[in-house]
Amino acid sequence: MVHAQGLVKAFGRTRALTGLDLTVPAGTTMCLLGPNGAGKTTAVRVLTTLLRPDAGRALVAGHDVAADGAAVRRSIGLAGQHTSVDECLTGRANLVMLGRLSRLGRRQARDRAADLLTALGLDAAAGRPVRCYSGGMRRRLDLAASLLTRPRVLFLDEPTTGLDPASRLSLWEIITDLVAGGTTLLLTTQYLEEADRLADRVCVIDGGRVTAEGTPAALKAQAGASWLRVTVAAGAPLSPVATALASLAAGPARRLAARPGLELPVVPRPGLVADAVRALDAAGIGADDICVRTPSLDDVFLALTGSRA
Amino acid sequence: MSALSDLALLPLEPGSAAARPTPRTRLSGAASSLSWALSDVGVLTGRALARIVSTPEQVLNVTVQPVVLVLLFSYVFDGAIRLPGGGNYRDYLIAGVIAVNMGAAAQGAAISMAVDRTTGLVDRLRALPMSRAAFIAGRTLADLVTAVLAAAVAAGTGLAVGWRVHGSPAGIAAAAGLALLFGYCAAWAGACVGMLARGPEAAQAVGLTVIVPLSLTSNAFIATTAMPGWLQAVADWNPVSVLAAACRQRLGNPNPAAAIAAWPMRHPELASAAWSLALLAVLMPVTVWLYVRGNRR
Repeated sequence: MVHAQGLVKAFGRTRALTGLDLTVPAGTTMCLLGPNGAGKTTAVRVLTTLLRPDAGRALVAGHDVAADGAAVRRSIGLAGQHTSVDECLTGRANLVMLGRLSRLGRRQARDRAADLLTALGLDAAAGRPVRCYSGGMRRRLDLAASLLTRPRVLFLDEPTTGLDPASRLSLWEIITDLVAGGTTLLLTTQYLEEADRLADRVCVIDGGRVTAEGTPAALKAQAGASWLRVTVAAGAPLSPVATALASLAAGPARRLAARPGLELPVVPRPGLVADAVRALDAAGIGADDICVRTPSLDDVFLALTGSRA
Repeated sequence: MSALSDLALLPLEPGSAAARPTPRTRLSGAASSLSWALSDVGVLTGRALARIVSTPEQVLNVTVQPVVLVLLFSYVFDGAIRLPGGGNYRDYLIAGVIAVNMGAAAQGAAISMAVDRTTGLVDRLRALPMSRAAFIAGRTLADLVTAVLAAAVAAGTGLAVGWRVHGSPAGIAAAAGLALLFGYCAAWAGACVGMLARGPEAAQAVGLTVIVPLSLTSNAFIATTAMPGWLQAVADWNPVSVLAAACRQRLGNPNPAAAIAAWPMRHPELASAAWSLALLAVLMPVTVWLYVRGNRR
């Protein structure tokens, strides 16, 4: 459904895309994962015909983005990174306007807008101007706008960045329901958890090209183990902690960046934390906090590129 | 929320009426595209006007500013400005204020375009299957409507302070037509600036630094014969001057510019139409090209 090959795009001296290859089969969800500046948004803009690539080709829903942009635009829906609706108009007016501009007739646009507002829980707010909406509501309106024409391929650029946890969860549910209906989805994110939740496959993007590709589980396995994180009081020595927990660890410990303590790679199992606490007790070490955390985006990058994101 | 997956569901049979919205198939390809393009323009003009109405600052520009301008020049400058060849200053002034208002349409157009571009709405619209020129066409049409309203307010204020029109209905229609054409041209110029400016503040700054000199180095408020030779030459070719002279001629208002030898002043109507059409011929394709090309990022 989406097929990109060797996409290159530079803005002056900034090389945003340096040979991006991507394939998204129909009816699946692909997530582009990468830090800020990796080229995710540029990739989405090229695929939705907002930018012309300097080199390479891309086919979306069977149409070439450079040669047949109009046909691509008829098959896609896009919700960009910054909500792009008219602030002065009401939610409903926005959807009706965008519907009519998407080649829906007047009545069709109104009905479709009403259906989407209900489905996304924006009924009560539909008559208020968008500038009064909260961040979560704006994102939902943006999503509704991208669904007006029942697109075959939906592009969501960082759909939950900046949202509070409750709104984020709510949006994830909405997106999950959406793809259950067969829409092909390409979304970009900085959060591994989001990719984990929503994607069938994940492409890790760095420096404008894909550095790894696979299912979320495969990538996390590649990224290495979970980490046992021990926080101690400021100024307390760390090597006794490392020694005490060495038997539980699956590799060398490393210092924490943000607070005093260290973390060790471990294989998660029941009773791990209890064993760690007992080991520290036996060594006479008092820890402020101890927990197990799953691989983060940093870990994925560390494992894949050998450098921090 | 299974309702959503139903709403997003692809049709089982391609083209089944209830499922996928289809374009009007009654008309043939080209006619259908045109009808959709006109519909797009209509939708966007309506939206732009709704925005203007809901922004108090824009409404002030349309209603208060022309009144202030007319009153300021009518009362404060009336005694100080002598027209060559005599004639009532207020009769002379109003056409000039209207011409300046039409030119000032560029300012609003530039700011609105810059706002839309930087808030991402332009990007969203560019990703839709809508006609690409329609956005700017709608924008400029709305800005033209605003300029016309401002001119009407100026005219109304003028009538209240003693301006009188002595032309024939055909003459008035011709003057109005030329003013509309120039206003439309100014709106496209503003849209072009808005597409190029870094943001709304930059667009506003450009607008001010261009519109104020343009309005003052013209015969809108004073006769150009009082200016030094080189400046008079500039002022005589200034499209605002040309429009003002054409309107005065047609409306039967005092027009000392008719005595000036420069070609635009001898044939102001032709010159005004020529200015506007020439500028449009350049601005329209350039602005549409800028829109299609999109943002750098």
